[in-house]
Amino acid sequence: MSTRTEPVWMRRLLIGAALTFLMLFLFLPLSAVFLNGLGKGIAVYFQALTEPNALAAIRLTVVTALIAVPLNLLFGIAASWAIAKFDFWGKDLLITLIDLPLSVSPVISGLIYILLFGAQGPFAPWLMEHGIKIIFAPPAIILATIFVTFPIVARELIPVMKAQGNDEEEAAMTLGASGFQTFWRVTLPNIKWGLLYGVILSNARAMGEFGAVSVVSGHIRGQTNTLPLHIEILYNEYNFTAAFAAASLLAMLAIVTLVLKSIIEFKYRAELRAAVKTENHK
Amino acid sequence: MSIKVDKVTKTFGQFKALDEVSLDINTGELIALLGPSGSGKTTLLRIIAGLETAEAGEILFHGEDTKETKVKDRNVGFVFQHYALFRHMTVFENIAFGLRVKPKHLRPTDAQIKERVHELLRLVQLDWVANRYPAQLSGGQRQRIALARALAIEPRVLLLDEPFGSLDAQVRKELRQWLRRFHDDLHITTLFVTHDQEEALEVADKIVVMNKGKIEQVGSPQDVYHNPASVFVLNFLGNVNIFHARIEEEQGAAGKPRRMYVRPHQLTVSRFSLSADSVKAAITFINPAGSMVKIDAKSRQGEIFQVEVSQEEHAQLKLAKNDEVFLTPKKITYCEYDI
Amino acid sequence: MLKISKQKTTLPGFHLSLGVTIFYLGLIVLIPLSMLFIKTSALGPGEIWKVIASPRTLAAYRLTFMTSLIAGLVNVVFGFLIAWVLARYSFPGKKVVDALVDLPFALPTAVAGITLASLYSQNGWVGKYLYQWGIQSAYSPLGITIALIFIGLPFVVRTVEPVIQELDAELEDAAASLGANRTQTFIKVIFPNLIPSLITGFTLSFARALGEYGSVIFISGNMPKKTEIVPLLIMTKLEQYDYAGATAIAVVMLLASFTLLALTNFLQKLSLNRIGMN
Repeated sequence: MSTRTEPVWMRRLLIGAALTFLMLFLFLPLSAVFLNGLGKGIAVYFQALTEPNALAAIRLTVVTALIAVPLNLLFGIAASWAIAKFDFWGKDLLITLIDLPLSVSPVISGLIYILLFGAQGPFAPWLMEHGIKIIFAPPAIILATIFVTFPIVARELIPVMKAQGNDEEEAAMTLGASGFQTFWRVTLPNIKWGLLYGVILSNARAMGEFGAVSVVSGHIRGQTNTLPLHIEILYNEYNFTAAFAAASLLAMLAIVTLVLKSIIEFKYRAELRAAVKTENHK
Repeated sequence: MSIKVDKVTKTFGQFKALDEVSLDINTGELIALLGPSGSGKTTLLRIIAGLETAEAGEILFHGEDTKETKVKDRNVGFVFQHYALFRHMTVFENIAFGLRVKPKHLRPTDAQIKERVHELLRLVQLDWVANRYPAQLSGGQRQRIALARALAIEPRVLLLDEPFGSLDAQVRKELRQWLRRFHDDLHITTLFVTHDQEEALEVADKIVVMNKGKIEQVGSPQDVYHNPASVFVLNFLGNVNIFHARIEEEQGAAGKPRRMYVRPHQLTVSRFSLSADSVKAAITFINPAGSMVKIDAKSRQGEIFQVEVSQEEHAQLKLAKNDEVFLTPKKITYCEYDI
Repeated sequence: MLKISKQKTTLPGFHLSLGVTIFYLGLIVLIPLSMLFIKTSALGPGEIWKVIASPRTLAAYRLTFMTSLIAGLVNVVFGFLIAWVLARYSFPGKKVVDALVDLPFALPTAVAGITLASLYSQNGWVGKYLYQWGIQSAYSPLGITIALIFIGLPFVVRTVEPVIQELDAELEDAAASLGANRTQTFIKVIFPNLIPSLITGFTLSFARALGEYGSVIFISGNMPKKTEIVPLLIMTKLEQYDYAGATAIAVVMLLASFTLLALTNFLQKLSLNRIGMN
């Protein structure tokens, strides 16, 4: 017997216990979503997904993600460039502040925008005067979504960029490349998997966010309902089949995300390894 | 192109990387910046390239201040210690990079780029790796591709950071000679950083010895080896035996304690005393491997001497451990400075 | 606040990228979050105390804290087990299992919420067995804990797994060569090295649980003083347009979770120092 592992019976026992737990807590819920959604047949399932309120919810969810994810992508690139490539005073504080949204309850994430833009907020008179509606309207939904997905891309990119160092960028500069050329031709190709990873995770979170969006949405059917909010309403009306049908869409998104994530992780590890290898070539 | 470094100072927090360093480099010279790690040699190289900025002092290219010139406009060829090849590009694209990023009106056509890249690949004798990726090359090949890439922009000066540092001993020797010949053909002003004195002595026209952010000595390899300007240079360029001697009669300095040094190969080993300078010592260690036989011997006063003799001498003398021998300096250099 | 003291390289874009970062951070995160504290300071201590010390709020704090704590502890045990199995053993379907561990990250909380509620309610696939034994697995603190276990599990697995993978195998060989049996090696050599990551995993899972809303509200039953968690209480206050009350509750919770994070960070540093990994 190897000194580095346990006896066979022990290994089997541990694997068995781990799988049982995962089965009960992860696999069972995932399959329940689909089985419940399809419980009354395929026709009912599709009908639930194509009724106008469901379509409106899907549309708002997609639009929200389409705005929030690219903005956070740009921010993530800027933040990781500054943090990974340069040294400056207050860097640790900046990193802590960027991570902040991850440790704030979703409900509080929504609440702060109500305090800022709501009827009792500092901008209320101005907004009223100009007829701009932020709270209980799509702008607040988008803002809250940006807040909760804010750090994701930056958190993925910072370690990759750090690991890759500044050598290649500096080489490009000495060869006459401008800042933009250096970024576009040298940096971007080296971080593409990390970038994609961050985008996919942000997208999943943006489309699925519930708590923060729930606070600021106002729950107006067909107007300010995202897909998760639509599911809540259906469920609370005891329309379980329709609720699970809508939920199955998001569950599919989750599965696609997990599959892509596994694929990218594979490529991404190679990217990181390559970086580490060239760094520690000595 | 000539380069003038004028009173350049650079600090990292508390650490003074460069302390009012001044240096003149003439067109076409091959210069080694030699020093231990932390001596500031790489920082100086990076400041010349514009990759770092000095807090004080100037770098002049051909008499012109470079302060306002950005890295990309300096036209320096820089070869990085770990080569910094673009790992997502083929060898061809790596070398073509500097040509492709030129402003549109200066950019060569694709055909011209192709011709130039292959010309450079032939120059570094690696024409057959054009379509490979850096990861598929050996260390020595990467080194030469990095050089070809730097040369593609027809730089006015070539800067190499520890160019042989990451290579095996064998490849390192070959590339050293290759760089020497290469420079003799192209005659481009070249600076390279190294911590290996043997490398500096073998390759460079001129050696700049650096220590703790200051230049200790600038001179030809013979100069720095035979006439070291400081104790640091003396010690850094090869092993040395230091004698404590009292000069009896010469030049009026009689009675004054002086120190003198002798390099290991400048000591003659004999069975009998050869002169008044001979010192009796017992052999404590013999290592016959290598081109020279290395011997440690201990005098009665307890001083340890490092001696190198040729294989022939060793065979002739039949030296063995614990033998009592006489060591006679062939050449003594007195120190002009306090050790 | 931020000042450039040294710039190691002359790469371009430092001021631009830092400027964009700080601007966007201020706009999206700092200004909105500061509203929470501005609003609270306008309230006055008496008013805050009235909200916080009410039996309903206290019950919600207690419930949230206790269920999060239990869920965090359960996750440490099972998360460690899963991490160990994934890092050390090979078995068919391991890749799928490995991907599945991240499900709680990827599955929207509302979906998790309604699914868990339906599974663990009296008629649900799991609930019907549990109810037979007299275990009320939905609309109870137990139900809340189940949801929080679901949501926090990957934090522990993903924190501990890489540490197990990177453990120096020579350590185990050395222990064995010195005559330790497998159990002794595990307890005396392997486990101490994993403690810091277990603490981190626990903290992350616990902190996430404290604020969790979507996956809990469907299974919790939402009875004031019995199964009402803090985020739900904040939500309820908001629906009654009691912004002051909601803010007061939120600030206390936010400060509590920050203090907790800081405390565990400190504990973790301490234990990292002890094993010389810092």
